[in-house]
Amino acid sequence: MNILGLFYYWVFAIVLMIGFYAVIAKSNYVKKLIGLSIFQAAVFLLYITMGKIDNGTAPIFQDAATVYSNPLPQVLILTAIVVGISTTALGLGIVVRIREEYGSIEESDIQERDRQ
Amino acid sequence: MTYLSHHLPALQVIVPMLTAPLVLLLKPDGLARLATTAASALAFAIAIAMTMGVLDGHTYTYRMGGWPAPYGIELAVDQFSALLLLVVTGASTFALLAGQRSVDADIDSSRQPLFYAAWLLALAGLSGIPISADAFNIFVFMEISSLASYVIIAGGPDRRALPAVFKYLIMGTVGATFYLIGIGLIYLMTGTLNMADMELRIHEVGDQKPILVAAGFITVGLALKAAVFPLHVWLPNAYTYAPNTVTVFLAACSTKVSLYLLMRFDFFVFQGNLAGHDMQFAAFLMPLAVLAILVGSAVALFEKNIKRLLAYSSIAQIGYIVLGVSFVTIAGLTASAVHIFNHALAKGALFLTVCCFATQCTGLRLTDLGGIARRMPWTAGALVVSGFSLLGIPGTAGFISKWYLIVAAFEQGPLGMALIAVIVVSSLMAVVYIWRIVEAIYFGESTIDLSAVREAPAAMLIVTWIAALANIYFGVVPEIPVSLSISAADTLLEHLP
Repeated sequence: MNILGLFYYWVFAIVLMIGFYAVIAKSNYVKKLIGLSIFQAAVFLLYITMGKIDNGTAPIFQDAATVYSNPLPQVLILTAIVVGISTTALGLGIVVRIREEYGSIEESDIQERDRQ
Repeated sequence: MTYLSHHLPALQVIVPMLTAPLVLLLKPDGLARLATTAASALAFAIAIAMTMGVLDGHTYTYRMGGWPAPYGIELAVDQFSALLLLVVTGASTFALLAGQRSVDADIDSSRQPLFYAAWLLALAGLSGIPISADAFNIFVFMEISSLASYVIIAGGPDRRALPAVFKYLIMGTVGATFYLIGIGLIYLMTGTLNMADMELRIHEVGDQKPILVAAGFITVGLALKAAVFPLHVWLPNAYTYAPNTVTVFLAACSTKVSLYLLMRFDFFVFQGNLAGHDMQFAAFLMPLAVLAILVGSAVALFEKNIKRLLAYSSIAQIGYIVLGVSFVTIAGLTASAVHIFNHALAKGALFLTVCCFATQCTGLRLTDLGGIARRMPWTAGALVVSGFSLLGIPGTAGFISKWYLIVAAFEQGPLGMALIAVIVVSSLMAVVYIWRIVEAIYFGESTIDLSAVREAPAAMLIVTWIAALANIYFGVVPEIPVSLSISAADTLLEHLP
């Protein structure tokens, strides 16, 4: 078992599950959003990890370097970070509106108020 | 002319996307709506032009920025994409043409430019997904369309839309992130993001385990977005509490686009490469489809609100589409693709009639609508016609896809017989829930005072009736969707070893 060699992937999987747990188990809407952000950040780690090569340098031509890291995953993840920020911002915006309308951001309170 | 037709795939996305920021600036009353409708109609025209081209045997490919395919982002339109583009742009255009009164009732005039800008972004995202041939680009379009749809769903006056949209946001983002993980794993193993290139390179990968994991993530993520049972829990509330015009638009196309992507990935990218993928895929999806069909229809039987009832019926209809896919045969995939088109027609027309009722009547529970047909006979007539199409009465579009689905099930032998029984039972339940609506609006007595209710505005009625009559037209002359679907099924399955 090459556990240490796959260290980065273990970090990815553990962070992913921490985020996912918060999304599912927490009933507070802000905590859910925090979980969602952690969940997305784990995927960023996965992408950044795959672009790195041992002893690789930035992909700029120079005589000293022969091994280059792949820049594409980082570019992809810049896009995904923007998407993640927009999602969090919109989610928080919705939470603010929920607070205005219901006076609470607990899932159980809101369900109770809707039943009335 | 040829020069312009070369650029059609790019224009399909660019027209709504660039109109969106312009719409924000159009403060005076009605201008924003006019610009949005014009952009949507232009997108519909582009989709029709490309469909004609595709039917003539053309396939459109477009290199973004002039970079050649596996390196740059490629746009590609084949028969299957053309079918989806028709559904998406058509749904948006019909909803906008009919929806003026309804949007005015739901959204203050000062916020309307914002609403329409978000609408156009949703349209751009949803039409971008079928066009793009680049997996990561598709993710970006998916998020553009999702974020914009959250905004327009939450835009209405009903406060219950907010928790509904929050749930949709959480589940939608988890689905999209699962998709992103899948793409990441494939990129890790193959080094490519272009779907055609992925298909070629997956063979060369020595260790197939990460690809198998990727297939799992992508299938579950997209099933979440497509509201495949039991991942459908976000759908009923989001459709019910959204502004009525938005429900027309999204109910007709948003889940179908995710189903399209699911089929693209599982057949085009994975099927030929992973050993036994077709079996695993079918064994996973078929039980879910059967449950969706039965549970969706059964819940619809007891719903009291007409929008909620139709939303649960959508879950059952998504089940039909998934059932066809799970056969992994030409006939099954044809049935699914035809049903994507026909269900959009039927459900779009039904929600348009709901939109008409909502502009005249304050409540949308069946008891509120009791006897409303006496006041709004034309709207009620359109509801009956499109209801027939949802049931699959011969002579309507719904019949064509049910027919194809039953033929496909027939090929499956003894198991197929059981599945036909499921389809028949669910159709009978559909008869009951559509009859409940018809009974209420024709023979019921309303609990609220309907004496002031009058027929919906003429412009709305005309659009609603065009949509309802399209159900009959495509039931009698089904050549266009059927030939598009058959070629779509052929392209999807040709990669099977």
